[in-house]
Amino acid sequence: MIDWKKYLIVFLITVGLFLTASYLSNYFGNKKINQLKLIQDKIAIDILSSETQFSLLSELSCKNVSGSVLSGELDELGRKLDWSQNNLGATDEVSYLKKYYSLLQIKDYLLMKKVSASCGEKFAFILYFYTTKENCSLCEKEGLVLTNLRNKYPELRVYSFDYSIDLSAVKAMLAIYKIKDTELPALVLDDKLLTGFYSLEDLELYIKESFKLQEKKLETRPLVKPAQ
Amino acid sequence: MISILNIIFYLLVFLSVYVQVFFFVTFLENRKKIIIRNGKFELDHYPTVTIAVPIFNEEKTIYQTICSLLNLNYPKDRIKIFLIDDGSTDETRNIISKFAQYPNIKIFHKANGGKYTALNLALEHTEADFFGGLDADSFVDSESLIRIMSCFEKDKSIMAVAPSVAVYNPRNFVQNAQKTEYYMGIYFKKMLGFLGAINVTPGPLTIFRKKVFDDLGFYRRGHNTEDMEIAFRMQKNRYKIEHCNDAYVYTNTPTTLRKLYRQRLRWIFGFMNNTLDYKNVLFRKKYGDFSFFTLPMGIISIASVCYLFGRIVYSLGYFLYLKILQLQTVGWHFTAQTYNFDFFFSNTQPFMFLVIFIYFFVIFSIIFGRRMIEGKWGFSLNMLYFFPIFSIVAPFWLLKSVYNTIFNRRPDWR
Repeated sequence: MIDWKKYLIVFLITVGLFLTASYLSNYFGNKKINQLKLIQDKIAIDILSSETQFSLLSELSCKNVSGSVLSGELDELGRKLDWSQNNLGATDEVSYLKKYYSLLQIKDYLLMKKVSASCGEKFAFILYFYTTKENCSLCEKEGLVLTNLRNKYPELRVYSFDYSIDLSAVKAMLAIYKIKDTELPALVLDDKLLTGFYSLEDLELYIKESFKLQEKKLETRPLVKPAQ
Repeated sequence: MISILNIIFYLLVFLSVYVQVFFFVTFLENRKKIIIRNGKFELDHYPTVTIAVPIFNEEKTIYQTICSLLNLNYPKDRIKIFLIDDGSTDETRNIISKFAQYPNIKIFHKANGGKYTALNLALEHTEADFFGGLDADSFVDSESLIRIMSCFEKDKSIMAVAPSVAVYNPRNFVQNAQKTEYYMGIYFKKMLGFLGAINVTPGPLTIFRKKVFDDLGFYRRGHNTEDMEIAFRMQKNRYKIEHCNDAYVYTNTPTTLRKLYRQRLRWIFGFMNNTLDYKNVLFRKKYGDFSFFTLPMGIISIASVCYLFGRIVYSLGYFLYLKILQLQTVGWHFTAQTYNFDFFFSNTQPFMFLVIFIYFFVIFSIIFGRRMIEGKWGFSLNMLYFFPIFSIVAPFWLLKSVYNTIFNRRPDWR
């Protein structure tokens, strides 16, 4: 009376559709990972090129250097990596890309500090340490404050680092600034460590001070002549 | 916790895809048996039929309903029309009295007791071999009865035949959404007919052999879905129910979302409670596909919609939480952001593709249902109303039905 064969065939077709769906999902997931890799490679080349150019020509090349590095690509990459972690899952590939991204951020930070000091560009830098290992609602809030500030001040450069990332360069930074996991979120602003949540108003005040500080530094700094 | 919820989610998606594939495979197996007859034909012999019209305050439609019955292409001396006024308080009584002089029309008046009591009164007085009801807000196609009776003539084991019910004259988006849903319903009913697993013998013009009531008893309240209860009872007793796809009946449908909500609340509540009443039929080999497919399918649909609704509410809640957090942290900032579509941020998780597969099967069932009733292929723009209306409103009547079932609250008939 019951056609069991039909139930089995329908089951197999359904399994087939499930496999097709996961194949398509994987296919598009890989495409996205490849896109991330391409962006990272491009940024790596940009940073390396700027560093090289800067070393070769020193201050003379200020105009060229700032133009090539100040792209929003690093931010875009950060957004895409966050999205990937939430939607594609914390796969090995995404974790690897995140490490690479952290490294690129450190390199960009070091280079931009040099550019800022030598070329008189008005920049404020914030190093932001958060955690994804446990539920950190203050980190979520601090992230919102920083995003808001970054939109408000284009000269502000925020570099965000996952405390739990397994990367020696990040660990070195944690050691330098003596950051503990119990004090997250943590911010480093002008080499000063701020732990816990800082509101929009408080942080804005610090940034304004930071701007002034840099302007003052630039006024007192004698212009370095390029090497003859 | 999240992984358990994900497993439940994918299990429900799997079962939903399974149901759609099952229907599609049934269609492929039986597609050549789907015949749409045009024009008139004759039967070898014409058995006597009684059609009972239970009426409660239907002054707007009853005249047209009776006229449609009088226009049926069936020998007048072989058909009796019973008009049962179930205690109407409007003009119904005066309207039906105009038909008193017709020799094949008999009028009954009784105190209001509900549709099933009116049908049972008719059953007490019928002497015909076949019996059927017709809702007082529905109109029959003139060839519908003869086509239904041809099914009985062809197969002596058939005990009831259900027609194709379509929406009469849809005027607004709520009715257009239902029109599309009824197309889909006709396709599903036809497929369930092939499986011998129909779970509703609809009020508009399902015809039964009188033997069904002699053997199994009269109509019961059936949680205000007597047409579902009798079908469940027939399936339990392994009485064959067929669907006659080219016997058309047109019915008036709710005109507002509120009325639709109340109607569906009654239907879904009826399904849940009849399933509970007949739970011993579930997963029993001797009850066939009704037991292994129809009833589980209904349960899966209810579970899936409730679960999905919960998931959507959770996502919406999380979204609102983030917005409130943002508002508290950085205040309200209006920025005119230009939105650029980036494929990167589109969802490509497996369930998205599975949802696309489900939509493919649903759209196919709508298109083929339309083909069965209108003879036309294709997708009209009016069909688009179906998706938003039923996606947004259906979870509410499903959840309320679950609530009513748990707390034993019976919805009103109207």
